[in-house]
Amino acid sequence: MTMRADEIVYPTEAGLYCAPGDFYIDPLRPVARALVTHGHADHARPGHGAVLATRQTLEIMAIRYGEEFTASRQIADGPIRIGQTTVSFHPAGHVLGSAQILIVPDKGPRILISGDYCRVPNPVCAPWEPVPCDILITEATFGLPIFRHPDPMAEARRLIASMAEFPDRPHLVGAYALGKAQRVIALARAAGHAAPIAIHGALKRLCDYHAEQGIDLGPLVAATEPATKPNPADHDTAQLVLAPPSAFASPWVQRFRDPVLCYASGWMTVRARARQRGIELPLVISDHVDWPQLTATIRELAPTEVWITHGAEDGLLRWCEIEGFAARPLRLIGYEDEPE
Amino acid sequence: MKAFARLLERLAFTPGRNSKLTILSHYFGTTPDPDRGYALAALTGTLDLRQVSASVLKRLASDRVDEQLFRLSYDFVGDLAETIALIWPAGAATGSQAETGAGVSVAQAVNLLNGTGKLALSGVIADLLDRLSPPERLALLKLATGNLRVGVSARLTRSALAMGTQRRVEEIEEIWHGLSPPFQPLFDWLDGGPRPDPAPAPFRPVMLSTPVTPAELAPLDPRDFIAEWKWDGIRVQAVSEQGIRKLYSRTGEEIGAAFPDIIEAMTFDGAVDGELLVRRGDEIAPFSDLQKRLGRKQVSRVLLRSHPAALRLYDILTWQGEDLRPLPLAQRRARLEAAGIDSPRIDLSPLLPFDDWNALAQLRAAPPVPQIEGVMIKRRDAPYLAGRPRGPWFKWKQDPMLVDAVLLYAQSGHGKRSGFYSDFTFGLWDGADLVPVGKAYFGFTDEELRELDRFVRKNTVQRFGPVRQLAPKLVVEVAFEGLNPSPRHRSGIAMRFPRIARIRWDKPAAEADRLTSLKGML
Repeated sequence: MTMRADEIVYPTEAGLYCAPGDFYIDPLRPVARALVTHGHADHARPGHGAVLATRQTLEIMAIRYGEEFTASRQIADGPIRIGQTTVSFHPAGHVLGSAQILIVPDKGPRILISGDYCRVPNPVCAPWEPVPCDILITEATFGLPIFRHPDPMAEARRLIASMAEFPDRPHLVGAYALGKAQRVIALARAAGHAAPIAIHGALKRLCDYHAEQGIDLGPLVAATEPATKPNPADHDTAQLVLAPPSAFASPWVQRFRDPVLCYASGWMTVRARARQRGIELPLVISDHVDWPQLTATIRELAPTEVWITHGAEDGLLRWCEIEGFAARPLRLIGYEDEPE
Repeated sequence: MKAFARLLERLAFTPGRNSKLTILSHYFGTTPDPDRGYALAALTGTLDLRQVSASVLKRLASDRVDEQLFRLSYDFVGDLAETIALIWPAGAATGSQAETGAGVSVAQAVNLLNGTGKLALSGVIADLLDRLSPPERLALLKLATGNLRVGVSARLTRSALAMGTQRRVEEIEEIWHGLSPPFQPLFDWLDGGPRPDPAPAPFRPVMLSTPVTPAELAPLDPRDFIAEWKWDGIRVQAVSEQGIRKLYSRTGEEIGAAFPDIIEAMTFDGAVDGELLVRRGDEIAPFSDLQKRLGRKQVSRVLLRSHPAALRLYDILTWQGEDLRPLPLAQRRARLEAAGIDSPRIDLSPLLPFDDWNALAQLRAAPPVPQIEGVMIKRRDAPYLAGRPRGPWFKWKQDPMLVDAVLLYAQSGHGKRSGFYSDFTFGLWDGADLVPVGKAYFGFTDEELRELDRFVRKNTVQRFGPVRQLAPKLVVEVAFEGLNPSPRHRSGIAMRFPRIARIRWDKPAAEADRLTSLKGML
């Protein structure tokens, strides 16, 4: 007997659950078996009985949580039988190791969980691949037509131009430790910035890991010495400095003299967001699909149904209504609105 | 348009004055004519375009975008022009053309907005939006709605123009009012060409004073100086030459349209310097009354009657074609008194009699009316010099008013204060509650800033985005220059120029001042 899609996969308190396979996808609390799309902390949590993910996602989880982050782990490589399903992982283009998860039940529709994904080429991870499916479970972080991310190289050139215009001011770029930081570095390199780039201590292990994975980030130096010298500008010779955005609210910033605070995020599209954070140079660099990519994905995959996990779902629901796609929100909570 | 859009965006997010100057100066240095001239016009408020209303913009958007998606987006963005700029569907020219900026120049956009009738305007704007990238669209919409909101004054813009040239900003100000967009003769002059002729009744850059302390006055001979009251109005220059009458603010902005009563009273031929006040009979009104007259394009009869403006003069720059600025002040004062300018709306600021600094200190301590901020002390032998030379003119202000308030909220600063909590909201007791009465972000030393920052981090009880609510336990002595009633503030009072004069680590919060005592100072 064929199962209905919403009997196969549905939201529970612990997260999205697949009944015929008896596993969770990106669960919010410890479960017996978890399939993890990517290593961001709100999707990849420690304490599960078993984790199935790409090799790189597993390694990133081990870096973040220690080798004991799960009782057992399995590298996703090719189709894998779990219960009465076959699952496979496909590149999502979001961050290093990120994947979309396709669930093919023995009886029932093909269900694709997009995870967080991005279709713009990204030098620090494998590109997104289209995966034919009947049910598309997609994120909608930027599910409003105002979000059209510009060419990331153009944003990198704006950063470089600002450093040339203000050669005496260090440029501090707020960027998340996994993915965004390395992408900003790679973009700056591609835009011609060859000088050493200083990184906040919280970025070091993941930058090292990217380098080990063969992603060339160029010379990186630490930006962690305490501000003890009389002239705080003296000990930071690198003009470009990367830090997790949370560092901007900590005394760490105080060691830099007259810095230009920059923030690399899709949210920087909206000026009020940049102003709230006191950002002087907003850089619209996003690891998520923007509105044109999101809607193009739905058109291209042409699923019979679209389910929306989190983000600006009202906008995407309206679009699906106009375009004649059956759609419904899952209203998954626990995935942060902000990280980007 | 691309460079202009980038300029506006950069200025809007850059808080530092010097950084703004750098950005502007680079823009003027690298942008061709006539685009930089139109940008200059937009930044100095001299671009007189037919303004497009919000309802026209909303209609434009609703023709192109689903209404529900637009409403969701507008709710998210919060700004109409920005929402439209972002949501406008990609037009024919967004690809490579928009990327290179080859699409539309500022001059083309201005000319299109200018040369289009009201009925055709929305079609022209839609066509332009189709040809521009999102940041350019926002720049265009800001031009069209006449509100750039980038935190740049006309004077700052002119200062940036002067940077990197042989000219000083005062020289630009002298010829400014003879110029119009796109300012080709001005740019030619800055590049070494001939000086454009000033318009009739031009603005002359004003002479400014520096603050002084009793210790600095002590070694000076009081006989070398005259003294006047420092009136609590705004400094103006009234110029009536060759039948043209102009009233300028001290930065050279024309404000005559808001003061037809003053313009009418300027029956003389010359340029005079003085204080603009609201005066009913002999009684000078509080500064807040003058504020009601400022910034208007026109003024109603009712307001002219209820808030009559007046001039109180203290210097004369030209008289009947003769430039008096090279003369020493004593002679200028004699010429001012001899000119016979007095009229019901114009009088002279009296000289204060004093034999020594002590006598002047006593006058300063007990001014005859509250609308006096202190005394001005001016060298008798000084010519009228543009700018703020140190020495010939001093201002000796009243001691500030003081109040002990409790720090309530803190927000981090920008630029040199990045990472430091340096913007403070403070409050006074009203019964058992603390009511916010003002904000201050200077007055403390660098060392005190570090201490305040540590206090904020240790005493945060709640966060609202970038704002931290503090445990109400630190008292600061707040100095300010005066109070205005303000219905917009919860306390009903707005402080002028508040700053943190002292941190009272010793004083318990319960002993901070009460709102009633502040109201008593009104």
